[in-house]
Amino acid sequence: MSDYSFVGKERVRPDAGDKVAGRTPYIHDLVRPGMLHGKIKFSEHAHARIKHIDTSRAKRLPGVRAVITAYDTPEVRVGFLADNFALKRDKVRQFRDEVAAVAAIDPDIAREAVELIDVEYEPLPGVFSPHDALRPGAPLVHEVDARGRPRTSNLVDLKYGHHTGDLEAMKRASRHVVEGYYTTPRIQQSCMGTAGCIAEFDGHGNLTIYAKTQIPFLAQRDFTKALEAMGLEGCGARVVVPALGGGFGTGLDTHCYEHIAILLAHKTGLPVKILYDREEEFAYLSPRQSAETRVVQGCDANGLLTFRIVEVLQDNGAYTSWGATYPSVMMLPVTSLYRVPAVSFDAKIVYTNNTYCQAMRGYGNPEVTFPIESNLDELAREAGIDPLELRRKNANQPGDESPMKFRIATCGLDDCLKAVGQGLHWTEKQGQGRKDARGRALGVGVASLVHVGGSGRIYRSDGSGIAIRLDDFGHAHVAYGGVEMGQGLVSSLTVAVAESLGIMPEQVHLNQTDTAACPWDVGTHASRGAFMACNAAIRATKLLRDKLFALCPGVFEEIAGKASAKGKSKDEAAKIVGAPGKPEDYELKHALVTKRGLPDEAWAKVDLAKVLRAVHFRQAGTMLSAEYFYEPPSELPDWEKGIGNMSAAYTWGAQGVEVAVDEATGEVEVLRMINALDVGHVLSPQALKGQVYGGIAQGLGYALYEEIKSDQGRVLNAGFTDYKIPTASEMRFPIDLVFVETEDPNGPFGSKGVGEPGLVPTAPAIGNAIFDAVGVRLKELPMTPERVSVAIDAKGRIDR
Amino acid sequence: MRAELRFTLNGAAVEAFVQPQARLLDVLRDTLGATGTKEGCSEGECGACTVLIDGRAVASCLFPALEAEGKRVVTVEGLRQDNGDPSAVQRAFIDKGGVQCGFCTPGMVMATTALLAENPAPTDDEIRAGLVGNLCRCTGYVQIIDAVKQAAGELATKERS
Ligand code: FES
Ligand code: FES
Repeated sequence: MSDYSFVGKERVRPDAGDKVAGRTPYIHDLVRPGMLHGKIKFSEHAHARIKHIDTSRAKRLPGVRAVITAYDTPEVRVGFLADNFALKRDKVRQFRDEVAAVAAIDPDIAREAVELIDVEYEPLPGVFSPHDALRPGAPLVHEVDARGRPRTSNLVDLKYGHHTGDLEAMKRASRHVVEGYYTTPRIQQSCMGTAGCIAEFDGHGNLTIYAKTQIPFLAQRDFTKALEAMGLEGCGARVVVPALGGGFGTGLDTHCYEHIAILLAHKTGLPVKILYDREEEFAYLSPRQSAETRVVQGCDANGLLTFRIVEVLQDNGAYTSWGATYPSVMMLPVTSLYRVPAVSFDAKIVYTNNTYCQAMRGYGNPEVTFPIESNLDELAREAGIDPLELRRKNANQPGDESPMKFRIATCGLDDCLKAVGQGLHWTEKQGQGRKDARGRALGVGVASLVHVGGSGRIYRSDGSGIAIRLDDFGHAHVAYGGVEMGQGLVSSLTVAVAESLGIMPEQVHLNQTDTAACPWDVGTHASRGAFMACNAAIRATKLLRDKLFALCPGVFEEIAGKASAKGKSKDEAAKIVGAPGKPEDYELKHALVTKRGLPDEAWAKVDLAKVLRAVHFRQAGTMLSAEYFYEPPSELPDWEKGIGNMSAAYTWGAQGVEVAVDEATGEVEVLRMINALDVGHVLSPQALKGQVYGGIAQGLGYALYEEIKSDQGRVLNAGFTDYKIPTASEMRFPIDLVFVETEDPNGPFGSKGVGEPGLVPTAPAIGNAIFDAVGVRLKELPMTPERVSVAIDAKGRIDR
Repeated sequence: MRAELRFTLNGAAVEAFVQPQARLLDVLRDTLGATGTKEGCSEGECGACTVLIDGRAVASCLFPALEAEGKRVVTVEGLRQDNGDPSAVQRAFIDKGGVQCGFCTPGMVMATTALLAENPAPTDDEIRAGLVGNLCRCTGYVQIIDAVKQAAGELATKERS
């Protein structure tokens, strides 16, 4: 393993130089000739009938080029259940609803014009929690489904479940059983770069859209459908992705604002840019779904788990995007975190008049890992077993097949737990009732995670294509359809191409991401970026090497012969380099072609560029390129049964934290953290660490600070003044990273996906540490000082 | 209705005609094309728009452009050394991986430059306090703090020699 030239070595990011210099263009910075600025008029009610829209005053404002509503544009449906519309007609179902839009020559005029649009509504009663929405006789958010059939309830038509093992028998076999209810909040992805796009048409009706998306090719399909709805059948949609400014799931679906920009661009014949400001980002972009979860788990007298029941109720908001499909990922820890013989999982997803929800990093996993791991801690205490010990006893092992039928090839969970225990000095610190110098109660807690580490199959194709072209100078130009959001895909892909092809990283040039230039990719989600890109790269470079070596016989000898000829006769030189070899005699490393059997001398190392030029500039010359479409060896699960090996590898980990709890104020401070992660193999250390640290910060925000507050569907904290994400000050505790290398057979260079795991176990680890410190169980996130205080007071009353 | 505005931007004299209420951020980005400075919140909460005015770190989204009259404004485009190399602070962000999506980076780099000018040998806590107004959603700040420390060390060595 150690003979890699670049894999696993410290290297700086290839894009860092431009980013520190302010040279990287984001959607905010892009300008197109003649470009107009679009602005959206959002609903003023959470639920209301639209009676009349008067756009006449807006249209008269100088500088306005178009004002559109659903009444004067073709109907464009949005979302995989097609229950959403680019512009709303008849009814609004959330404050986020797009009622009209303006294109003007500058953003200020567009804003002013939006203010001049008058909409007359007839307010309707709304439903703002899943419980309200499921009450008999509750107002319906959607009266009909996408096909116009009447609906009778607010349940979203998506079925997820999993029932394996003999639940009743395992309940009987349990010595200890603990049941609990847990709540996790809506939170905002909070990309520092807000959402935006530019749409433009050519004279033939072909669309180009510069989009802040993580799914350029699925977006291309959505936009093509939109073109069809607009009467532009047969026209093409090209999606170009500028530097993203953060993704975190926001770019996993197409958005109404993108479709509106398309409608405005078509109407005006000019490029139209729509850019959200921070307030719009908070109020009118889809957050992480909230979830209410009931968990029951049991174990036998030895602490071996017997069964697990998980029931989730999700607030979908008014329309369906990928947030609704969180249960597809929730199943992963529910069925496969620790060995559990009997598992029952049910999820209900409910329409409400809140803002509709979408993907966010972790995608359902943190939502259920908090309940499962908090409840497991309670179970350990109930059983009188050390919580870390209970976890180690039940840890999955390599070779296991989990209830969901995951084939677990590599699993370092136990090693991770062991590392956390050692790093945290668990035995000396746990359950000791310690205090710090300021009198704060100290405690330690641990929680584990499993996540997809070999992509996650949620479409029929989970593939990634790559195209690599070698130029005359020995450089590789890599067209890849995955998206660099900040996570460091550029680092791992560069390293993988250089390593597996045999050139220097500086010779690798990435061309991301343009649907016109890059092969298809399902999207950058599920921690799949590096796993997929590098697997595709390894296979494409193998093709390139085969082509190159097939061309080497004769060409290599001619070039090497010339180089060796100094002071020698032609014949002598020819003798030294030998007769043309067989393809397998040649090797390429560090951009130098060598031939087996030749001495380690300069003349015997031929610059790749020379070979490439020699085979290009000759009679019947050729150039080298290769494409590969990589499909990981995984299965599309049956979601209703919850069965299927959805990933080609699984990533495992554990986090341990020590906290100090101020019992007077309820304030929680994390003092230190040990994060152990089974990453398969370290591909690029700097990017890997960055992903984990960044994940931890988001996990900390989820655990202690972040929550979108709303009143009757209206977001109350739409800005960083009232919605606090962790700053450098909150992240002041030391973090020890431990990477366990299990060398996964499906992983590129043995590595597994690491994009999301950092944030998955943070909240339960902190919650468990709070319990260890002060003996109260926080069942609702975020664990704010108010909630901690209330819990401490309640315990005080009971103790008295 | 537009007022004339003259100041020094990254060492060069510039002039522009701006609305009286214009924000410095918009003048930099839209009028002068210096798009390295980013807008993350428009209300002084995120630090993405940080620039130096006479050496002091300022949120350009809150700063009235006309108040820059006659001042020295430095943006991220103006940090590189005369030979074109990145500044010690920029270099440290590259080396330590203090950059992910990069959207907070120009602001972080400017805030760090100002911090180290004022306090060349900051403690960890002083670094955190100095960067508390700069939000980053990607990095968890760990590698950013490492970068600030590397830059401080490098500048100190340079100072001594
Ligand atoms: S844009 Fe100025 S502080 Fe956020
Ligand atoms: S690097 Fe993305 S916000 Fe800091």
